[in-house]
Amino acid sequence: MELLLLLFLPLVGAIITSLLKGNSAKVSALGFALLSLCVTIGLLTQFTPDATTQFAVNYPWIQQLGINFHAGIDGISMITVILTNVLMPLIILASFKHEYKKANAFYALILFMQSGLLLVFTALDGFLFYIGWEAALIPIYFICAMWGGKDRIKVNMKFFVYTIAGSLFMLVGLIYLYLQAKSFDITAFYALNLDSYQQGWVFWAFFIAFAIKMPIFPFHTWQPDTYTEAPTTGTMLLSGIMLKMGIYGVIRWLLPIVPQGVNDWICVVMVLSVIGIIYASLIAFTQKDAKRLVAYSSIAHVGLIAAGIFAMSTQGLQGVMVQMLSHGINVVGLFFVLDIISSRLKTNKIEELGGLAKVAPKLAITFLIIVLGTVALPGTNGFIGEFLLLYGVYNYNMWLGIVAGLTIIFGAVYMLRMYQKVMLGTTNDLTIGFTDIKGTEKIVLYSICALIIVMGVYPKPIMHLSEASVQHLLEQIKLKGLN
Amino acid sequence: MNIIITIAITAFVVLYAGLFKAKKALLPLTLLGLLVALGFVACSWNNPTTYYGMMRMDNFALAFSAISIVGTFFIFLLTQKYFAEGSDNIAEYFTLILFALSGIVIMVSYQNMSMLFIGLEIMSVSLYILAGIRKLNFASNEASLKYFLMGAFSTGFLLFGITLIYGATGSFDIAVIQQYLVDNVKTISPLFYPGVILVMIGLCFKVGAAPFHFWKPDVYEGSPSLITAFMSTVVKTAGFAAFLRLFAGAFEPLHDFWAPALMVIVIITLCIGNVTALYQKNFKRMLAYSSISHAGYLLFSLVVLSANSASNVLVYAAAYTFASIIAFAVLILVKQKVGSDTIDSFNGLGKRNPFAAFALTVAMLSLAGIPLTAGFIGKYVMFLNVMANYQVALVVIAILNALVGFYYYFKVIIAVWFKEGDEVVLDTPFQYKIVLLLSVIVTLLLGVYPDLILNLI
Repeated sequence: MELLLLLFLPLVGAIITSLLKGNSAKVSALGFALLSLCVTIGLLTQFTPDATTQFAVNYPWIQQLGINFHAGIDGISMITVILTNVLMPLIILASFKHEYKKANAFYALILFMQSGLLLVFTALDGFLFYIGWEAALIPIYFICAMWGGKDRIKVNMKFFVYTIAGSLFMLVGLIYLYLQAKSFDITAFYALNLDSYQQGWVFWAFFIAFAIKMPIFPFHTWQPDTYTEAPTTGTMLLSGIMLKMGIYGVIRWLLPIVPQGVNDWICVVMVLSVIGIIYASLIAFTQKDAKRLVAYSSIAHVGLIAAGIFAMSTQGLQGVMVQMLSHGINVVGLFFVLDIISSRLKTNKIEELGGLAKVAPKLAITFLIIVLGTVALPGTNGFIGEFLLLYGVYNYNMWLGIVAGLTIIFGAVYMLRMYQKVMLGTTNDLTIGFTDIKGTEKIVLYSICALIIVMGVYPKPIMHLSEASVQHLLEQIKLKGLN
Repeated sequence: MNIIITIAITAFVVLYAGLFKAKKALLPLTLLGLLVALGFVACSWNNPTTYYGMMRMDNFALAFSAISIVGTFFIFLLTQKYFAEGSDNIAEYFTLILFALSGIVIMVSYQNMSMLFIGLEIMSVSLYILAGIRKLNFASNEASLKYFLMGAFSTGFLLFGITLIYGATGSFDIAVIQQYLVDNVKTISPLFYPGVILVMIGLCFKVGAAPFHFWKPDVYEGSPSLITAFMSTVVKTAGFAAFLRLFAGAFEPLHDFWAPALMVIVIITLCIGNVTALYQKNFKRMLAYSSISHAGYLLFSLVVLSANSASNVLVYAAAYTFASIIAFAVLILVKQKVGSDTIDSFNGLGKRNPFAAFALTVAMLSLAGIPLTAGFIGKYVMFLNVMANYQVALVVIAILNALVGFYYYFKVIIAVWFKEGDEVVLDTPFQYKIVLLLSVIVTLLLGVYPDLILNLI
């Protein structure tokens, strides 16, 4: 029952928020997001970090088609649930400084999306997973298309067609698995013994959907434009939480169901992931718009996460777990800082900025912490995740590990260079009147910095949460005869 | 039988009420008649009855009759103010729709091919007149003539096919025909095969499957919007029920013969319908072409026959019917205010009438097949059926077409919510509100809990 509360609280919040006006809609949305966080903390206190699925609910839903409302939380799900429900209040709070037209619809859509995301991260029935997957997509489409930038309609259509194409292929994969297993239950999917050919094509049906969502090279072309044109809240939702749906999908619905398919195509995926890292990093170097730079850096980071998943080792997968959280927190922080700058100065062009540290020292410090977290400085949250990921990739293949490792160097170069040009140096006519962070901005940025440092210094509780589940997952894959 | 009698009597009562200038009584009488007919459907449920070997009121026929009656009921509710300008022939209009509906009930329940023909013609002749009921409107006249000529042409195919089948089997009874096929697997008369193909062509004309679809966009565009709504929902559903009754029933033993031809038709229908819909600027024409593509999805259930085929068509037809009714209802509202039925006339509808805009969005999402709407379940069960028969290539074609569909349905959503239009407030008459609200509820309810309809037949 606790899980139902977790899943449906944001939905109830969305309905209530949609009926309110102006500031009360904002406050309602924040209230429901905080309530969801409280429920998560409640679940966390009762959660035993072993490999079992806890708080499970399993009700018949569409009996005629063998579909159940089956959901539960294990260590892997718990990480993503925490990510969603920690970031959601921060993202909503970060949006407070904007006055959105039809604020009730805006915040209702955010909460609706939260329900969809939580459904994805807890679903143990293939159909339910698909419903959550789409339920998260529709609100973000409307958020980006209604409150986005000048080219929002064209860019969003591209984003939507891309993601929906992936979803449809996943649906075919799910139907195929259902026809084999005669059930949508994840345990029935796990118990399937498909031959190599069957696994191969189911792998691609799922992988395309996940690769588009993450996004992995070459399925990434929707991402920079969408991140740039979306309202900052939308960008935070997309980059902070939504792309984790793809990562989570690979871990939960791909590796254990078609391990042979993964094994057969792992080289291709690894190479694509590493190409993505290098390619996105190189393009990030050339970006003049800070928002686009962060968008490309996100592709590079996700490339490393993808490589870490397919390394299929404990270290790699544990790295994924930590890095999912870290990347979510850091990227939300980065986009928020850029939003503060652009809402004050109406620009994110790197060349037009400079010297902000002099006029806004608090912003400069918090931004520095976030940038250091992003470039994986030891002592920040990025370090432990990237270390484990690289370790995993290195163990899979030394050369790929070395090439993937370039992401740390490249990341440090383009992020620090951006920091230097934006924050350091002398002020100019535009930046001289910049005011420092205040009110909700402080709360959001201080919270993000605190999370970056706490996770960096003491990542053990996070890793402990998922460790047993990750081990169990790998054992399941081995049991299915994968070498 | 009570259902047809009730509808027919209602039609006559309404006709005479019109004659005596009792205009205000027309709608209540019609709605009452439809409710009584719906009551008979409920009473006959699970009690299959055959009438003189000509018609069989089983759950299949009753379920499709129910959808047709409810769809017609909703369309009648939308007549409020619709015929105010040319109000002289309201009674005829009501009567003709009711006659068409009685033909439809015959079409979904026939046991004998002569009844199929009679049902189809009762429906078609009524529709030829309804398409041109705006006598002074050139487009309406053109639609009527085009529909009549094409309809007559297709009837010729159908009739010729039925004749050949009669020549081969010596019967019009679909049970006898089926038995003939089972008993004479290897010695089927050579007359039978062209007969099946000609009947297929005739029915494909009626449901608007490509390449027999070319009448549809002009007829849809030229007919009054309410009649188009009726054609696109109730008539279409009846066409598929008739198709299913014959091909999934009588001709089922010859599935291997006609299924490949139908598969080609499905592929052409999907591609032509979707790709052409993509380029339409007129909303009604877009719906016409998208309706062609939906015919393709519905024909899936015949290409890949299974125990669930009838149920799948029912789900899809229900989803399609309610979403289309919403689309046409909002179109009528917008056209009355703006005077145009292009997609651009929906610009800014979200500001002018958020309720209608929301309903239209739900309809477009359902037609596109987005989860949590009935349209998704409709597409899902079709895909499931096809996948179960390992027709993966067909599913991939359908998916690519679904993607194109997303694009043009979202063009409407974009116009409604994201584009600036004039600020003229758009009122929703009470009856429209009821229809929109109920249709939205049904669309979402069937999307979230499809068990309500999945195991109905």
